[in-house]
Amino acid sequence: MIELYLFLIFMVTAAIIATEIKDLMAAVISLGAVGFSVAIMFIMLQAPDLAIVQIVVEVLTIVIFVAVILRTTHIDKTIGKKLSGTQILAIVSFSGFAILFLIVMFRTLQEIPAFGEPIMKVAMEYIRLGLSSYGPGGANIVANVILDFRALDTLGEATVLFTSVIAVVTLIRKSGRKK
Amino acid sequence: MIVFASCIILFLIGLYAIVTKRNLIKIAIGFVLIEYAVNLFFALVGFKKGALAPIITKLDTPHNFVDPIPQALVLTAIVIGLATTALMLTVILRIYDRYKTFDIAEIKRLKG
Repeated sequence: MIELYLFLIFMVTAAIIATEIKDLMAAVISLGAVGFSVAIMFIMLQAPDLAIVQIVVEVLTIVIFVAVILRTTHIDKTIGKKLSGTQILAIVSFSGFAILFLIVMFRTLQEIPAFGEPIMKVAMEYIRLGLSSYGPGGANIVANVILDFRALDTLGEATVLFTSVIAVVTLIRKSGRKK
Repeated sequence: MIVFASCIILFLIGLYAIVTKRNLIKIAIGFVLIEYAVNLFFALVGFKKGALAPIITKLDTPHNFVDPIPQALVLTAIVIGLATTALMLTVILRIYDRYKTFDIAEIKRLKG
């Protein structure tokens, strides 16, 4: 599993570059590097459905980011400036929160199952039903879960998606905008 | 456990970008980074060593699958993440149209 660690190091590096670089276009491309690494890691973690969806969503995210940056500006003018008082306060409070968060996560990580050994109590039932002739009948267990066992969840997802589309169209249309 | 920890570091980088950056695009990038970190954490929790993807290829054999439930939950979360990112960037575009800047310190008249 050495390649998993290499990809995690690459992702953390790209994420730091994405937050700290002055050129916004380069920051978005670094964000794309993180997203495609996530897609490759999904393939390594035996989740092909997630990898396919992640690649499509990643391309769309980058296209939307680039469209916004091309219409506006691609220089982050706030990077070189001196830190304001509010910003110093934000950094200090973030450091405090990060230390607290790491302590809590360290305790939690000792409680949850170790990496590579999930409990899978509910999943066993889904796999059994997927194999039996009385189940949903699909070969892909993930598709069975999102379309049959937890179909209401997918309905909620579609609701959120279309609400967001309505909001985006309302915001970007030309007519009816006050100047 | 080191794998989970590096995922949490990715989450903290995203949170750092949201809390301390003054550029609106950098804040949006922070949100997307947090989304990736959480999705990856779920996929890592469901991973099982030496197991196959949860797709039935042969009947009547003992099946050794990774956990399909985190994958199903993350599949929903990825698409919702795209929707929220698109909405956030549209609002950022409108803010830029009105104030001609991404700097949140210069955007004083937020009530306008």
